[in-house]
Amino acid sequence: MRAIATGLFTDEAQPRLIGGKDRETGRIVFPCPSAATYEPVPLSREGSLWSYTVQRYRPKSPPYAGPESFKPWVVAYVELPGEVIVEAPLYGVAFEDVKIGMPVRFAPAPLNPEDADSVFIPAFEPAGDVA
Amino acid sequence: MSGDVCIVGIGIHPFGRTDGLSGVDQGVFAVRQALADAGVEWPQVQFAYGSSDAAGNPDTMVDRLGLTGMQFINVRNGCAAGGSALFSAQMAIKSGEFELGLAVGFDKHPRGAFNALPSEYNLPDWYGEMGQMVTTQFFAAKIMRYMSMFGISQESLGRVAEKAFRNAVHAPHAWRRQPVALEDILAAPLVSDPYTKYMFCSPAEGGVALILASEKKARELGKPLIRLKAATMRTRPPSSFEVFAPSVDVVADDTRPRGTASRIASADAFRLAGIGPGDIDVAQLQDTEAGAEIMHMAENGFCADGEQEKWLAEGHTEIGGALPVNTDGGCLACGEPIGASGLRQVFENVVQLRGDGAGRQVPNSPKTAYSHVYGAPGVSAVTILER
Repeated sequence: MRAIATGLFTDEAQPRLIGGKDRETGRIVFPCPSAATYEPVPLSREGSLWSYTVQRYRPKSPPYAGPESFKPWVVAYVELPGEVIVEAPLYGVAFEDVKIGMPVRFAPAPLNPEDADSVFIPAFEPAGDVA
Repeated sequence: MSGDVCIVGIGIHPFGRTDGLSGVDQGVFAVRQALADAGVEWPQVQFAYGSSDAAGNPDTMVDRLGLTGMQFINVRNGCAAGGSALFSAQMAIKSGEFELGLAVGFDKHPRGAFNALPSEYNLPDWYGEMGQMVTTQFFAAKIMRYMSMFGISQESLGRVAEKAFRNAVHAPHAWRRQPVALEDILAAPLVSDPYTKYMFCSPAEGGVALILASEKKARELGKPLIRLKAATMRTRPPSSFEVFAPSVDVVADDTRPRGTASRIASADAFRLAGIGPGDIDVAQLQDTEAGAEIMHMAENGFCADGEQEKWLAEGHTEIGGALPVNTDGGCLACGEPIGASGLRQVFENVVQLRGDGAGRQVPNSPKTAYSHVYGAPGVSAVTILER
């Protein structure tokens, strides 16, 4: 799995996002800033949906590097409890079934599902029974 | 300087799309109109602050208006650019350095959604490559959470858009001046849930100019005194939720709305003006999307979170209501030329305070008017006018 950028998530069987923990305040941000004042920390895989929308049109390129054959996706803000809220796509759920508060889990996904060599991006999928 | 800074002249180039006219052309058009309105000549203008995001350097307009050697400072500050120009112009007069000056803003954006690049916001390239450099995503996600927390319906979003197009019918400077029925607004295609295409404003073109004077100078000019009682520009507090945020802080109590630059700019403006939200007769609130107007009603202190549902159903923010909001149709009907948008709100407020609103005039001679903008990456500007 080739990530869209280095340092975004761990290279484990079950990857985790890498946040940056402010060494003084303990505040966690994503992605981890390069400054030495931040310590890279793996984040929880499980979280809940804090808010969302559906991206219904193809974003302009550049900067968007996804496939020409556009399919709408859920833009999710996921709360990783006690850590940080992160923005990433939520796949594997019908738009009408998306609910604030639903449990989700980290699952990196290809930016272009039709390309076997596609880079992987941070993403979530529903956790619990539906997944 | 004693007394207030006053707005003595206003000018506007109609918003929308004007093929064949550059952004600067539209700015110059607005300046000439404002000079005529104030009854002053260009060489009398001692200084200018100009804002433009995508249409070139405002100070190039001296070429057209006259090479008088005057001071002209360019301002770029996201959606708060116009407000920042106005704030700066006000301070130049308050300081006693000058007594007559100009705040001007114009812009001309390409069609379609704003196309920001990650590097402009100090973000990594991958953030844009995966399709998250899209302002509509943030605005939609912000209202989605707000609706869930405070029981705001999609129908209320529709009512805001319906009101905007209805008000704009009577605003010659507005872009979209055809009424749209509530059911058509709600049934239109979704752009970013829960917003349909009528619930987002579009990038546009336009120009606005305001001539400012010391109170002494304003009296000399014999103009009705429209006093700028407060002009504030503020940035975000900790843990706010903003445009282009790859992450947001978790907070201990997330059942209340978070702090915003708007709340800070608003509270400080009311403090400076010495009045409260209940004293405002007409307000122009940033409505780049229908839900923004709803959330900004609360963020600016005009109602409690959740009360908007009732306010809209009962027409409190209509032109004849208790607090008319966005009397010229706001960004939804005028579009958003970034450099000019905040100044358009102030233009509209001066029109209302002078009683020149014709078909969109707020009844009973309003005496106080409020304007508010918000933008990336968490900036806000507020003004309060009194006559």
